[in-house]
Parts: sequence; C-alpha cells; structure tokens
Amino acid sequence: MLIPCPHCGDRDVSEYSYLGDATIKRPNQEKANPHKWETFVYNRQNPRGPHKELWQHNGGCRLIVEITRDTISHEILSMKATGPHKTGLGK
Amino acid sequence: MARFSAWALAKNALTGNQHWDSQWRKPEPKPAYDVIIIGGGGHGLATAFYLAKEHGIHNVAVVEKGWIGSGNVGRNTTIVRSNYELRPNALFYEHSMRLWEGLSQVLNYNVMFSQRGVLNLAHSPGELDAFATRGNALRLHGIDAELLDRNEVTRFVPQLDMSAETRFPIVGGLLQPRAGTARHDAIAWGYARAADHLGIDILENCEVTGFLKDGDAVVGVQTTRGDIKSAKIGVAVAGNTSDVMRKAGIENLPIESHVLQAFVSESLKPAVNTVVTGGGGHFYMSQSDKGGLVYGGNIDKYNSYAQRGNLPVIEDVHTLMLALYPQFAKLRMLRHWGGIMDMSLDGSPIITKGPLPGLYLNAGWCYGGFKATPASGWCFAHTIANDAPHALNAAFTLERFNSGYTIDEGGAGPFAKLH
Repeated sequence: MLIPCPHCGDRDVSEYSYLGDATIKRPNQEKANPHKWETFVYNRQNPRGPHKELWQHNGGCRLIVEITRDTISHEILSMKATGPHKTGLGK
Repeated sequence: MARFSAWALAKNALTGNQHWDSQWRKPEPKPAYDVIIIGGGGHGLATAFYLAKEHGIHNVAVVEKGWIGSGNVGRNTTIVRSNYELRPNALFYEHSMRLWEGLSQVLNYNVMFSQRGVLNLAHSPGELDAFATRGNALRLHGIDAELLDRNEVTRFVPQLDMSAETRFPIVGGLLQPRAGTARHDAIAWGYARAADHLGIDILENCEVTGFLKDGDAVVGVQTTRGDIKSAKIGVAVAGNTSDVMRKAGIENLPIESHVLQAFVSESLKPAVNTVVTGGGGHFYMSQSDKGGLVYGGNIDKYNSYAQRGNLPVIEDVHTLMLALYPQFAKLRMLRHWGGIMDMSLDGSPIITKGPLPGLYLNAGWCYGGFKATPASGWCFAHTIANDAPHALNAAFTLERFNSGYTIDEGGAGPFAKLH
C-alpha cells in the first residue's frame, strides 16, 4: 500500500506510523464530563468504507497527513497535510 | 444424525463411505425464535450449542451471511492457551482450556485438540523476569506454567537457533504445557453439528440487513431471507461488529477493525514439536498435522475490512521466522490470507447484555478469539439465558470503558493497533 505525502509523494506504508481516526476531537479540559472523555479515548465509528485517518511520515519528512481511505479496497480518496508543520511546504 | 464411533467408521468403510448423512440440516427460516444469534462462526455456533445444552433453549436460529466457518474461525493459526496474567482473563481463558480438554467427547466430533505446549521465548533477562511474574500469577490461579532457562529451551525445542550470534539471542522462556493447537474448521463443524442435533436452525446465506425495533428495543432482524422475530438477539460477528451494530443504531463502539495475516508453508516431515512464540518481535508458529508450518505475526496496524494485507508484515514475519529457524530459509510459503479482527481499545473482549434492550454483544476478541471459542459461547449463552453475566464474563462489559475498569493485558493503552 502506498500512502501519499504532500512533501515526498507516494511512499511505502512501512515509512509511516498510523495515528488512527482523524475525526475524534479532544474535549475541552475544563468543560468535559467523563462521558465525553470516554468517547474521545475509546469510542470509534470504525466505518466499513471511507475512513478519515492520520498517518505520520516517520520514515521521511515526519509530516502528519490526513487521508481518507476506503477500508474495504484500501483506495486513497483524498489527502492533505495537517499537524504543526502543515504550512510552509515547498519553501 | 448418526453418531461417530468405531462401529460407524467400520460400517461406512465397508460400504464405500457413500452413506454418511449430512452433518446438519438446511432449514428454512421460521418467522420467530426464542433467541437469534447473528454470526455463524465459532463463537456464534458455540453460543447456540450451549444455549440448548446448558440452558434448555432449543428454539434458536444462527444466521450467517455466508457459509458457517467462513470467517475468522477458519482463518486463524489455531493456537489454544490460557496464559493470561490479569485475573478476569486468566479465569476466563482457563475455563475455555478446560472446555477444550473435553470438547471432542462433548461434541462427538474430533476437534484434534493437541496439547503440545506453547513456549513464549524470552530474548532478554528483563523479558524473562516479566515471564517469571506472569508464570507466578498463572500458578496462583491454578494454571500450569513452567519457566525454562536457556538449556531447558534447547532441550525442549532443539530446532531453534540458540547461538549467541543471532540478532536477539534466546535466554529462556515460559512454557504452558497444556496449551497447544486444534483443528480450526472442526470447531465450526463440530459445534454446528452438535447444535443442529439439539434442534437449532443454522441459516446460511442469510445476511442481516437491518433490525426490527419497537422503540429502543430490538425485536427481530431483517435478513436477505426475510424478517425473523425474536425477543433476544445475540451479535457475534467479530470484525464486522461495528458495521452490524450500526444497523441497530449504535454508531460508536470501543472497537476498530484491523487485518491480521496468517501463513502456511508447504508440507514438511515433523519438524516443529510445539508452538513457539517470540523471536524478538511478534511471531508464532506451529506445525499442522498435514505438515505445513502455520505461522503469523502482528496485525497490519491500520483500519481495514479487506481480508488481505500488505507486504511489510509478510517480510517482518518471515524475518522473525528465519531468525529463530534459519534451516527454513529454502522452504516455500504455500499460501497466506487475512482476517478482520475486532480490536477492542483495551485488548480484552466484550460479552455483555445490551447496549440496547433485547440485544446482547459478544465482540472485541482482538486476535485471540479462537482459543476463547468454547468459553465465549458458554458465557454468552449464560448471559442471554439469564439476562445477566456469569461471574467469568462479569468484567467483560462495555461500561468498563466509562468506569475505568479496563482490562489492558498488554499495558498498551487505548490504542487498538497495539493490542
């Protein structure tokens, strides 16, 4: 499986570290109740089909990439840079 | 259904083996049952069997979208062990081990349970210390465990590369002598045949497409063979848990589906006498009675519903194999395949009532579900029949993720890919 990186292009899956579901959002530290924490820490939609997920290109430029990938066919549907270093690519 | 016996074998041999009966019926779905089990794999069929045998509930249907045993019960590396350190896991898997030990007689079906031992290799003194801790915990729970030093490992498995020059030299190991392997398909077929004999309808090619609901409560299933009603519906669908539960309106579960690959080599004369795990990474191997080496390693570590994996894991697994057994370098891999694992976020299973009225959930087996099959069915049947868990599965709730009583055997944290 090739995972695209906006900086390095299509690279082998073994160069990446999988960071999982990109749709979960850390709740507000001050306002969250235990249920919200449970949802954030443990609960997943785990879709059969398009899945928005994060991969870090550890064996390359270390950029974190947000990818939509079909979990049935492994086809990559979309890709964009994310994380603290998402801007400034190509400079 | 004729019972298997020496007499039946002799009689059928003399008549050319042309007169064996079908091992289970192919019934049409009835409009309603007392209990419906979704999923005709090992766990679902075992549940149906124990519902009839232990609880006298015979009006049960097992609905399966394909053919029985087409999922993970036919896709594993057949290892059976009960060497878990944490108390809920230790007691549960040891109960499973005891059921395995009498299973061929109970089912009147040879499940080829072979207690050839499982040896976990230690590659550092620290790892061996951790094995000593686990071994002590096991023995306190009445489970067999033997700590082996380097020389004892050499004597027990003489084929291993025990030289000091290997990448991860072997310093010892933890052996569970009663552990071993069983015939994967025989579990599905044995439970199916025995359940069918007790009056349970096994409905193959019957895919659940939706749930019949009365308010919040689930009161039946819509299937490709029509609607079927039941006040109690058990879900035991492994890697498809999230997908099936979503049809009942449950959007979120502490489960991710990941692909696990497994491998078989071409046949050899007897060469590997036990189940060996370790290698400095994650590797496990045994030899089947047909002679093929059966082995595997880690999951691919990304969400997947595809029953096939990628090349890095294949390379990793074979690297580990050759580090332990350099003599297999010229052996050819015969075939490999993938199965979809229901990876729970703490690495331990869920056998519980709910999460909706009328619904019961059996899931989160990660890649340790095969060995659990008898106890999983036994506990799930108890939970469904009594509307309450047995002491052995009381800890395997969904609520534990809210209350904080997670059962994290590996100490890996809330990351499905690490369990």
